[in-house]
Formats: sequence, C-alpha cells, structure tokens
Amino acid sequence: MADTLLFLTELIGMRVFDLKGRRIGRVRDAGLLPRVDKVRIDQFLVGGEWNWWSVRHDQVGTISLDGISLRDEQLVPYHDDVWMLRMARDLLDQQIIDAKGRKVVRVNDVTFDLKRVNGHDELHVLEVDVGMRSIFRRLCQGVVPPRAVRRMMSGIAPNSIRWEFCNIIEPDPQRRLRLKIDMKALESIHPADLADIVEELSHEGREAVFESLDSEVAAETLSEVDDTKTQAAILESLDADRAADIVEEMSPDEAADVLAEMEEASSEAILGEMEAAEKTDVEELLEFDENSAGGLMNSEFIAVPDTGTVADAIRVIRENEEQVDSLTNVFLVDGAGRLSAALPVGRLFLVDPTALLKPLAGEDEVVAVPVTERRKRVEELVDKYNLMSLPVVDEAGVLVGVVTADDVISMLRQD
Amino acid sequence: MRLAERLPRPLVIFFTVIGPGFITAMVDNDAGGIYTYSQAGALFGYMLLWTLPPIALLLVVTQEMNARMGAVTGKGLSDLIREEFGLRTTFALMTLLVVANLTNVMANFAGVASALELFRVSRYVSVPIAAVAVWFLVVKGTYHSVEKIFLFACVTYIAYIIAAVLINPDWEASALASVRPVVRWDPVYLTMLVGLVGTSVAPWMQFYLQAAVVEKGVTVKEYAESRIEVIVGCIVMVVVAFFIIVACAAAIWQKGPREIASASEAAEALRPFGEYAYLLFCAGLLNASLFAASILPLSTAYSVCEGLGFESGVNKRFREAPVFYWLYTGLIVIGGAVVLIPGFPLVRMILLSQVVNGVLLPLVLVFMLRLVNNANLMHEWRNPRFYNVVAWVAVFVLIAMTVVLVGSSVRGMFVSATSVASSQ
Repeated sequence: MADTLLFLTELIGMRVFDLKGRRIGRVRDAGLLPRVDKVRIDQFLVGGEWNWWSVRHDQVGTISLDGISLRDEQLVPYHDDVWMLRMARDLLDQQIIDAKGRKVVRVNDVTFDLKRVNGHDELHVLEVDVGMRSIFRRLCQGVVPPRAVRRMMSGIAPNSIRWEFCNIIEPDPQRRLRLKIDMKALESIHPADLADIVEELSHEGREAVFESLDSEVAAETLSEVDDTKTQAAILESLDADRAADIVEEMSPDEAADVLAEMEEASSEAILGEMEAAEKTDVEELLEFDENSAGGLMNSEFIAVPDTGTVADAIRVIRENEEQVDSLTNVFLVDGAGRLSAALPVGRLFLVDPTALLKPLAGEDEVVAVPVTERRKRVEELVDKYNLMSLPVVDEAGVLVGVVTADDVISMLRQD
Repeated sequence: MRLAERLPRPLVIFFTVIGPGFITAMVDNDAGGIYTYSQAGALFGYMLLWTLPPIALLLVVTQEMNARMGAVTGKGLSDLIREEFGLRTTFALMTLLVVANLTNVMANFAGVASALELFRVSRYVSVPIAAVAVWFLVVKGTYHSVEKIFLFACVTYIAYIIAAVLINPDWEASALASVRPVVRWDPVYLTMLVGLVGTSVAPWMQFYLQAAVVEKGVTVKEYAESRIEVIVGCIVMVVVAFFIIVACAAAIWQKGPREIASASEAAEALRPFGEYAYLLFCAGLLNASLFAASILPLSTAYSVCEGLGFESGVNKRFREAPVFYWLYTGLIVIGGAVVLIPGFPLVRMILLSQVVNGVLLPLVLVFMLRLVNNANLMHEWRNPRFYNVVAWVAVFVLIAMTVVLVGSSVRGMFVSATSVASSQ
C-alpha cells in the first residue's frame, strides 16, 4: 500500500532528474486541469535556478520517494494557466467543503494514487487529508526523511475526505467555470446542514456558494441560516437579479423578513428584478409590522370553499403541490373568502372523496387572529390550542395568511 | 429583546453601544493590567505616564486593523495567517501564543487568589472554585448572559478615577510627565516598559477582537460604526490606566517608592475610600480576573483550532471537538494549578506574564501588517501609510527593548557569575 501512494508534502521539493540522471530542479507544485481530467495531475511545475518549467504528465518516466525521472526532456517554461488547479497554491491550507461529512475543513495535505499508465508513472488525486496525521507530516516535511516520517505516522489514524466529495470554494465566477466547480454535490445536503456550512465560511465563500447553487436549493438554505442579518448580508453580496431568483423561491414571509432587514436601496433593487406575482406577495407582507401576526404570517395556504367536497380539497392541494411538505391544515372559506373552519389534513383520508368538507371540519369554533395581533399573543394561542398553523384574518374576516408552528419555535428560541 | 423592555432606557443604550471593540478594551484591564499599572505608579511615580499616549496610539491602530480585517475578509486572524503563511508558520505562532496565553491565564487566577486573600480566603479554596465556575459558565453556554454582568461590573474602575481625584495628586507633575519621555537603561525600568505595552496591547486581544468582529457578522458597510466603537473602547481603557497609575503614584510612591508585593499593598491606592478601599479593590480585581479568565482560554482554544483546522465550538460534543476541549480545559487546569504551587510569587508572575505579551507582540504585529497590506485580501481597505509607520516603528522599538532587556539580564547574570568566580 505504501508504495502506490504519494503525498503532496512528499511531492513538493522532490528532486527531478533528466534522462542522464542529472538533477534539473525540484518540484514546486502540481497542476490539475479539471476540464481535461478530474483526477490526473496534468503538469508538474519544476523549479530550476531562475524559472519554473512545466513538465507534462506524459513526459514523466518514473516517480518514487527518491525523485522523479523524466523520459522526455522537451520542457516548456511555466506560464500561469487560469484553467489549472494548482495543488500547493490553490488547495493547500485553504478551506473546502466536505459534501459527505457536511462540514467545512482545511486542507493539510493531499494523497495521490501512483499509477503506471502506458509505460509511465502518473499521479491521480485520491483524497484530501485533514487532521492530526497530516499536520504531523507537514511539520516534519524537509526536516525528517520521508520514509522515516511514514513509519512514524503509521500509529496515528488517518482522517481524509475522498476527492469526489471535496468542493473547492472559488470566489471568482470565471475561474469557477474554468475549473468546472459547480457545487452540484452540495445540493444533496439537507438545507439546514448546508446553512451550517455556509455560516462557517467567509464573506467571499458564502457569495461563491450562493452564486453556484440551484435557486431553489439556495432559497431553502438561505431560510435556514440562523441570523436575518447574515441572510441580508448574503443577499446584498449577490447581483440583484441572482438575489431576486433566490428570493422568488423563498416563501413570502421569509422573503419579507430578509428584505425588511436590508437597506432600502438593496431591497428595492431586488424587488425590481422579481416576477410580478411573487413581488406582490412579498410587498403585501412587508407592509406589516414585523412583530405582528401580519409580519409573521405566510401568505401561502390552502383554502377551499366550505360547500365543497373532499375531492375538491384534494384538487386544490394538487394545484399547490409546492406547499405539500409543510401542509397541516386545509382552511374552509365562505363565498366572500371569510374563514369558516380549519380542517386537519389527515381527516381527508378518513372518508370518501364525495364527502362534504363542512361536517368533516367539526363544530369547534376556529381559532384565528387579526393581522394586527401582537406576537406574544400569537405564541400563547399556538401553545394553548396546540396549533400547527394559526390562520390570520383581516378586518372583514377574510383569510389572508397562516402563522406556522416552526416560525413560532424559531422566534421563541431567539428570545 | 424581552430584557430590553424591562430595563431603564440609559441601560438599554449602554448595552446596545457595547460591541466587540468595547468589550475587548474592558477585558484588557485584567489582573495583569491592574497590577502592571499599579506597579508602574508605585515604583516610578509619574515617570512612566509619557508611555500612555504612544500606547494609546498603538492600541487604536492595532485594534482598528484587526476590526478592519475581520469586517473585510470575514475570517479570523489565525485563519488568515494559515491561508497566507502556511501550516508550519501557523503552528509555530500558535505554540508561542499558547505559552503566552497560559501565563496570562495564570495571572488571572493569581488575581483571583490575591483578591480573595485580602479577605483571608485561602487560594486553595478560591482558585479551584473559580476555575470550575469559569469552565462551567462557558461550556454550558450561559456565558453571554453573564457577559453583561461582567461588563457592568467594570464600572468599578471609576473608583480609581474618584480615588485619584480624592488623593489630590500633583496634577501638574502628572500632566508634565505625560508628555516628557524618560528612558532609563536599567532592567527594572525596561521590564516595566515592555510590560506596560504588553498589558495594553496583548497579542491574545488581537485574535479575540478579530474573531468577535467576524462572529458579530460585521461587514464593510457597517464597519464605520464599529470603528468608532473600537476607538472609544481604547480611549476608555487608557484613561482608566492613567488614573490607576496616578492613584498609585500619589498613594504609594509619594510615601516612598516600592514594589507592590501583594494585593493589600495595591489596594493602598484606593485609600481615600477608607475602609471601603479593600472592598472596592477586591471587587474590581475579582471582576477583572474572572472576566478575563472566562474569555482568554476560550479565545486561545478557538484561535488554535481554527488555525490548525480542528473542530471547535462549545456547542459541540467533546467527542466531536476533542482538541478544542482538551486545550480549553488544559489551559484552565494548568493555569489554576500553577498558581497553587506553594510559595508561588503571585504578583511577580502576574507582572512577568505581561512582559511575555510584550515580547510576543512584535511578531504578531509583523504578521498583521503583512496581511493588512495585502491587496488581494483587503482590496481598497489596505493600510493607510500612517498606520504602517506607527505599527512598524512600534515593532522595531519593542524588539529593540526586548533585546536590550534580555541583554542586560544576561549581562547581570554574567557579571554576578564572574564576581563570584573572582572572589574565590
């Protein structure tokens, strides 16, 4: 096992020999061209006396702990290549996101797989090392001979992340394109975990992540970020149209909360870029005081005429499928839109589709609050009546929104 | 929020104004601070007052740089050092930081011990209780509510201002002394100089402030307000330092200059308060020591773990962040245990810990200067030339003083060795 692996700390500083076995320099860095091959080291940067040479992977003969022997001496001086990911410069000591472990880590070292391909040795990136073992190895680099270091290290457990789970954080969008950094792997992480990750990054890092993520995922993640101030700061760092894409995917009450936290100019700019429908929803909510029921409520809810049947209710639900995951109640309204009853969605399963909704909802008077109701009272009612969602009505009794239990929990935790 | 509805208005304003800069400045006056300033006044009278304006300038410059770096990059100081200078440099610096900070933790537990010894509480009782209390306070996450209490208790520093006025010192002499530099080449004086700088501009504060700014989420836009708050904090701190020195100069030095060897001697400075003097001094010292003892080990553990890439955070389980918890607990345990060694010279060690700060400071400053002048990192927020001049001059002066200090101590040892040899 030991002989088919090589570490970046061992590679850097390794001697490079020409065809006659004379030393021509030391390895200064290694470069990957993600657009060509995701794992194979494409070029070795070798430091001569005055300048660096670029050694292509197929110009290398053998690689071992004693050095690299070339099999082709036609070397080209190194020019900075924006398509290249350099191991020592761009990866070492930088923060990356571990998609599998769902956290932010700092790269201590990189492990390569040493393969023999077409008669020459190649290095393929295998994993990124974090943790004690790699720290120890880095500290001993250059001071203790590599083989001795390997022997000493065998007692400490390794702590590595496979290359395919590593996500590099690159602030420059052009370079992200060139290095094929797309953050797709992050989209499979639960938004709450992704929000934790984002909170650990620097301003640039957050911007990079939110620029690359799919809008829907970005919206879910943004709503899970703890502090509204941070949410606002993230949105402000993005272009107005990108921010608008994300805000459109958020639920209107959360969008209103974040926009309210931002400076006027920035929130106006974002609202300006939004689609008309979502924009109106959010603007309506922005009218309300943030500590009132109107400011807490979500304007998305399922309302069905109280004269309807279960089949009608199911149809309306299907038309609003984006609300399904958090649906707890279906609200019955009269002809004028006034709230008449709240129907727990589970009851829809108990009867035939032809059954009427009104009797199913029962006789209990529905608990509702006016838009101007104070936050404390909202919290009390949700607790007292064990509500998962509390309907909010305007002066005429028309249903305008819903305060959900998870919003109440978040508020209570902040106190 | 609910608390804000119950407090009287002036207090609400007070707490909203408090930010990282102000808190850092208040914690800066820990046990090491109180004793160093007291010693400066007791031993040298008004002679060292001239150091305060330059120290104030250096303090403002360094704190502002840290706050700026935190706001612009959104990263802590050890993160930046790691990313720009690599693992080995970070490791070396972190080792030195842990050593320096350990001496400061010791100093603060020594402060607790000496404060309570005024009331005949044995250090073998006060220190373990304090250590356990601090550990639980932070680990159980109740630190934030207690922080407000600590901050409020800092109001006891006003006692020094009142005492200084009541003692009726020679205001003219102190004013003159504030602007007349005096440099004596004897080791005691030089040690005092390095200690004064070290206690005012402690390396651990640089790491703490930047991390606090980052955690607060300050961005470049809000930075202007943060800057004011940082400067106000620095000025308040230096003003308190001034009055501590003056009070001690008038109360102790005037009667006959001598070294402060215990808390009771330092409390002399508050004599105008009569029998309340000891109580006030004890309260102030105890508050300062506990405050710093809560922040210092935690900040060190965070800085080291961030720099070296280990998991950190009091909200994590021990299993998830072992290095963090070991380091944090170790600092408290060792810091406290050393103080309990029989015959441990409390005051002497407290003063020495500040000298260690002063010796490490130039190194940290050099790193900070390299970072804050890096265009890639700071964009248009690089250092103005004035800042660079002040900081680099401070670096060179500090290094020079340290070299002279070490040189004269070595020479002292050499001289005494040869005189012993020649007298044989």
